[in-house]
Amino acid sequence: MRDFPLPGSEYPRLEATALKIARGGKTLLDVASLTLDGPGPTLILGPNGAGKSLLLRCLHGLIEADSGQIWQDDRPLDASQRARQAMVFQRPVLLRRSVAANLDFVLKRQGMARKARAERIHELLCEGGLQDKARQSARSLSVGEGQRLAILRALAARPEILFLDEPTSALDPGATQKIETLIRRASARGTKILMVTHDIGQARRLGADIVLMWGGKVAEHRPAHGFFETPQSQAAQAFLGGALVP
Amino acid sequence: MIGNWIRTSLCALVISSGAAWAGENEEYIVVQSTTSTQNSGLLDAILPAFETQSGIDVRVVAVGTGQAIRNAQNGDGDVLLVHAKPAEEKFVADGWGVQRFDVMYNDFVLVGPGDDPAGIKGGQDIVAALSRLSQAQVPFASRGDDSGTHKAELRHWATAGVDVAEASGGWYRETGSGMGATLNVAAGMRAYALTDRATWISFGNKGDLQVLVEGDPRLFNQYGVILVSPEKHPGVKATQGQAFIDWLISDEGQAAIASYRRDGQQLFFPNAR
Amino acid sequence: MQDFAQEFMTALSLILSGDSELLNIVFLSLKVSLLAVFFGALVGMPLGAALAVGRFPGRRALIVLVNALMGLPPVVVGLCVYLMLSRSGPLGVLQLLYTPTAMIIAQFVLVTPIIAALTRQTVESLDAEYTEQLRSLGLSRLASVPVLLWDGRIALLTAFLAGFGRAIAEVGAVIIVGGNINHVTRVMTTTIALETSKGNLSLALALGVILIAIAIAVNAAVSLLARGAAPQRGELSHA
Repeated sequence: MRDFPLPGSEYPRLEATALKIARGGKTLLDVASLTLDGPGPTLILGPNGAGKSLLLRCLHGLIEADSGQIWQDDRPLDASQRARQAMVFQRPVLLRRSVAANLDFVLKRQGMARKARAERIHELLCEGGLQDKARQSARSLSVGEGQRLAILRALAARPEILFLDEPTSALDPGATQKIETLIRRASARGTKILMVTHDIGQARRLGADIVLMWGGKVAEHRPAHGFFETPQSQAAQAFLGGALVP
Repeated sequence: MIGNWIRTSLCALVISSGAAWAGENEEYIVVQSTTSTQNSGLLDAILPAFETQSGIDVRVVAVGTGQAIRNAQNGDGDVLLVHAKPAEEKFVADGWGVQRFDVMYNDFVLVGPGDDPAGIKGGQDIVAALSRLSQAQVPFASRGDDSGTHKAELRHWATAGVDVAEASGGWYRETGSGMGATLNVAAGMRAYALTDRATWISFGNKGDLQVLVEGDPRLFNQYGVILVSPEKHPGVKATQGQAFIDWLISDEGQAAIASYRRDGQQLFFPNAR
Repeated sequence: MQDFAQEFMTALSLILSGDSELLNIVFLSLKVSLLAVFFGALVGMPLGAALAVGRFPGRRALIVLVNALMGLPPVVVGLCVYLMLSRSGPLGVLQLLYTPTAMIIAQFVLVTPIIAALTRQTVESLDAEYTEQLRSLGLSRLASVPVLLWDGRIALLTAFLAGFGRAIAEVGAVIIVGGNINHVTRVMTTTIALETSKGNLSLALALGVILIAIAIAVNAAVSLLARGAAPQRGELSHA
């Protein structure tokens, strides 16, 4: 089941070189070089504390690395580049407003006209299966619905890159499946997905390529089938073999 | 929608209050006076007549005599209506006031619990009565607030040769409050107290208290009225203030004072002339 | 005290019969306190938000100061405002002493720290939750302030009500700067103080009960408003 566009279509290109973050003398992140330019979702795996979330926040510009550079489409990451990215967090941060207003908040910032916003909101709600809940308070949604809304809100401004930090870690299989469908469709429409997960099964289902983080470093970055069939690094073998800590 | 509602109501509130204040631009004077004139209801009763004929609104700030004099010295009043003659004369002599006029008098009475543990009931001599109180060491509630009544009380203690400062906190309790509050304290702890008769008659929480000593000429309580000096404070409304004073000591004003009664009793006795 | 019920009925019938004197006192109380809280919120909420979101030297000390000022003694505030507004004081030329404006100023001084401190708490805890998401959406720290204030609106209503409760119940400051002048600056609390000093304890108590009833009514009205403004229940606990 692969409904991604074929390689060669225009995908944004994200590059990081010599990214380093240390706190209290401990190296938390040390990425010599990472290039993400392929179609299809990139799944980031790794044990707790391996630096997955940190890498995501760095690439999104939420955290500034101590040193190193990030390039998006051959330009250094800046505010205008960041505006073409979006992020969804492990626990959805929903504004204390209605479901529709959560989406409207982003669209308004885009400077969209009222009518266009209403149309786009309807489109998004249908996409996420939330069309009946438009007037409801966002905070009265179930966790799964809330996470769907968070993803729809992230997609509202049609980002080129969408970062997802373990969006399904608190969800049951049914809710997880709906989220994965949303992610697949977004990817199919050309949004580059960068997603952290703990769930190896999810990485198999969604991943076009896999980044394995290990002790703050990128231990392996390969197309998914190669990663899972013939892991090369020791770290990957240990991780797939069930190691819980590096 | 809710936001609009809040905005609208706030606008209405601001506009309405603006309108209310605009209506307050009428002529008015501020009279610094004592609690006895207010608590007895005298001023509420006699002022409307003056306000109607003069068109001047009289705003009364009722505090202790000491605070009234200090407020007037700060220029926060046009007219001073209090009862502490020596302090009033000093106020004029120091240039804060223009001239002092006698307005009216009433008298002080010594009140205390009905069973009268000090046994002073029926006496006329205030000094003798206070001496008995100090010997019996029975609770006494004093204003302790530098008011006219407080000043009068201290004079009588001094005449009796009693040093109340020594007894302060013991049987001598200084409330530091107005006459009414002090009477509430006295009623609450069955203490003796010196009060002006006007406040006493109109006081609603007498409890067990009753008048024990009255009629001593030394208990005479004279009220005076003074225009605050416009030379010291150019903001003073001298014309309007003087108009009020003139009315107060006129036959009409004096008659109004004499006719004010509570429970059939006359509270103040005019003596301007 | 046995006639309390009777006095209370008297006070209540005065209200119900629309006794203009009592209604004016009630109206002035509401006007002074609501305006004081309105201006207090106008200053206190941005100040509280700035303390929550801003990062500048002296911020910690300022937070401690604002928290401490929540407990300002009304009498001291009254005295300070009196000294400012007295004709001998620096603002004497404005001739504001013994006017409702003076009372609003005094209560403004009392309620602003309360509103600022509670706003700071609300916004700070909300900011902890929102900060990454808002940055991700491209909002600067400054631009996130209105979002935090709006999303904390339920808790901020509580701050507003706390300020109102303080203002409407306060007597020490307004009696000094207002002078308790009949028909001009006499409000519920100063009337209660006056009736107490006249020894009319049951009437004072009855007026007190009415004051409490008014405070409850205002709180209930605001809560209803909040329920209308809130898409859902249970937000109070969250905010």
